[in-house]
Amino acid sequence: MSDSTLGLPPGSGVPPTSKPVRPSLIEPDPKIRRRHAKERRFRTFGMIAVGIGVLALVVLVGSVLKQGLPAFSQTFIDVPVYLDPAKLDPDGNRDPEEMKKVLTFGYSPLIAAGLQADLVKRGLDKEGVTAKEVAALVSKGAAAQLRDYVLAHPKKLGETIEFRFLANGRVDGYLKGRVTMESAALDSNISPQQLQLVDKLRAAGLVQKKFNWRFITGPDASDNRPEAAGMGVAIIGSLYMMMVVLVLALPIGVAASIYLEEFAKQNRWTDLIEVNISNLAAVPSIVFGILGLAIFINWAGLPQSAPLVGGLVLTLMTLPTIIISTRAALKAVPPSLRDAALGLGASKTQAVFHHVLPLAMPGILTGTIIGLAQALGETAPLMLIGMVAFVRDFPEAPPAGLLDPASALPVQVYNWTQRSDPAFVERASGAIIVLLVFLVLMNTLAIILRRRFERRW
Amino acid sequence: MRILTATASALAVAAVSATAAAARDQIQIAGSSTVLPYAQIVTEAFGENFDFPSPVVQGGGSSVGLKNFCEGTGDNTIDVANASRKIRDKEIQACADNGVTEIMEVRIGYDGIVFASDINGPSFAFTPEDWYKALAANVYVDGAAVANPNKSWKDVNPALADQTILALIPGTKHGTREVFEEKVILAGCEASGDFEKFKADAGGDKKAAEKSCMAIRTDGVSVDIDGDYTETLAKLNNDKDAIGVFGLAFYENNTDKLTVATMSDVTPTVASIASGEYPVSRPLYFYVKKQHIGIIPGLKEYAEFFVSDAMAGNGGPLSNYGLVPDPELAKTQKAVADEETMGSNS
Repeated sequence: MSDSTLGLPPGSGVPPTSKPVRPSLIEPDPKIRRRHAKERRFRTFGMIAVGIGVLALVVLVGSVLKQGLPAFSQTFIDVPVYLDPAKLDPDGNRDPEEMKKVLTFGYSPLIAAGLQADLVKRGLDKEGVTAKEVAALVSKGAAAQLRDYVLAHPKKLGETIEFRFLANGRVDGYLKGRVTMESAALDSNISPQQLQLVDKLRAAGLVQKKFNWRFITGPDASDNRPEAAGMGVAIIGSLYMMMVVLVLALPIGVAASIYLEEFAKQNRWTDLIEVNISNLAAVPSIVFGILGLAIFINWAGLPQSAPLVGGLVLTLMTLPTIIISTRAALKAVPPSLRDAALGLGASKTQAVFHHVLPLAMPGILTGTIIGLAQALGETAPLMLIGMVAFVRDFPEAPPAGLLDPASALPVQVYNWTQRSDPAFVERASGAIIVLLVFLVLMNTLAIILRRRFERRW
Repeated sequence: MRILTATASALAVAAVSATAAAARDQIQIAGSSTVLPYAQIVTEAFGENFDFPSPVVQGGGSSVGLKNFCEGTGDNTIDVANASRKIRDKEIQACADNGVTEIMEVRIGYDGIVFASDINGPSFAFTPEDWYKALAANVYVDGAAVANPNKSWKDVNPALADQTILALIPGTKHGTREVFEEKVILAGCEASGDFEKFKADAGGDKKAAEKSCMAIRTDGVSVDIDGDYTETLAKLNNDKDAIGVFGLAFYENNTDKLTVATMSDVTPTVASIASGEYPVSRPLYFYVKKQHIGIIPGLKEYAEFFVSDAMAGNGGPLSNYGLVPDPELAKTQKAVADEETMGSNS
């Protein structure tokens, strides 16, 4: 606004009676100095603003990385287990169907006995650690791993086989520095003596830390065994939802934009629609969740926790973003191209699909990917349609799998922050890292598409 | 474009036909966040040991779970509601109105409510009376009800440490709040003799007296936590003076950060709660829609597995996590096996 002062008649600041002061070209006069100072000030403010932004990002990413990176490695413990046929197959038929009657509770003692025997064999002194405490060093999920193996290989009964089990979450915390001797002294779930035994096992090479694929591919686990928790189901669920969004939102969004931009007459109705689309883009996402619950679940009878419902809700949420960016991309194609096509005898549809749409495609795809990235990180609407659930089984392959219960990545983060075992804190941060990696990849793809294919006129 | 459209329509058709064809084959569970970790442990073991698919468990709170439970019968209603309190008559009525007439009530065990503070702070030995005097909105001083003047635990009870009162208590949407109000605040009110005074002032109205007793002060001394115990723990880490209300299981998993207070000279442990010595505990339940048994595969097996000795008994995974086993578990097991519904045995 201060520009208006420049519009004053020239020389109005100088009294006409006195001799006009010649401004020096070398010495800046006070006015110029003020202007320069103003400019410097503004630059400083800008730099401070950028600095705050960068600092916030560094702190956020730094803390997430610091807390979350340990989640990608996990402590394993090697135990030779004697597969006792008398306990695992009381009928002696080696029939997996009959052996299923022995539940995981029947397998745990074998692991405990195997670890005990190994300690004795290697001459490792357990110094006042009870048999139960020795057994507690192995994850409670180990029995299930052993049972699955035995049921798959019933012939192996009677042999002693070396297994690599997950170590208990507290032992894992000790190797990662989360659990210390001091905290163990106060902790009712682990004792310093147990940790000393872990040190010995580690020296013997039986306990080691390895990259943990199960964190990325495995299903979630209960509070009893945080060490086994993974986000496989959440990743699949998010992937399915993104597929649904892509398959539904892209064609619908593009069709709507082409019609509105190229075919529809400019009248009160199209204005109304345009205003509403812009409004929809700003509607809080939880509203779409309520809508999804009412329409897709309560009215249409679709199941809860299904990626299809999640995808439909996120489609509604993403549509305005895609429509707005598609319309912008279509608008950016110069009208001369359309005129040329029409002038050469192409029909309107041909002009759009042969000339305008291909040129607008990079813009449309960029908008779509950004919309997808936004949908990927969305949690609020999913809470209302039952996606915030503890799901252990992987959904089947689509299309049937779209109706199987699944979780989603941001929801998994939320779930893990609610758990009481401290080991879940690192897993929540680990899941954030994976989510961020996906988002960065998608945004990079959007940028590459724009740089590579976008044409400017 | 054509491919996309074709895929979209194929997907839509497939989805719709899949809904029509396949009934739901996994159990759906929702409800109390206190029961949630136990349900997750059972679900995990159930999926590993049986050929049925793993159930899907959601939290949300006892009231939310029971509300969904009572919405009717059929594929898109849940089969099991977890609750940290008994189902209310109003809810049974709502269930009946929607056709959910056969409800099985299963008590899985008990949960202790403990009071814990920062591990490096002083330890406390409370009585319900101390808590009433610390947190009630109005207390009697020299025969007249006045706004609670107590600022330090020492004001409440000279035997306690001189520490500013700051209580982190569960918000009103939690089932735990109800237990806290009834078993601690109201009990303390009665023990201190204020209950009789409130009653006399209200003209002998017992309900009004109870209400006056359980009114919690709102001057910032008591903070409602609407999230879960992880939030309470985070707040407690920020303010070392705070004393938080936790579930026993949560405390047992965080003994390296929290020190637990005794209540009426009893330390909360699985044993002292099971024997009934520790006063602040409550039963935990889940409710099964009997009409879904036989339709949803594995529903009865799940209920039986939950209360089996191997899971809910002494030394089982649930009691290791902090559930106080029910001494009458055998009776519950029989009731589940016989599919006894509420009302049928009374």
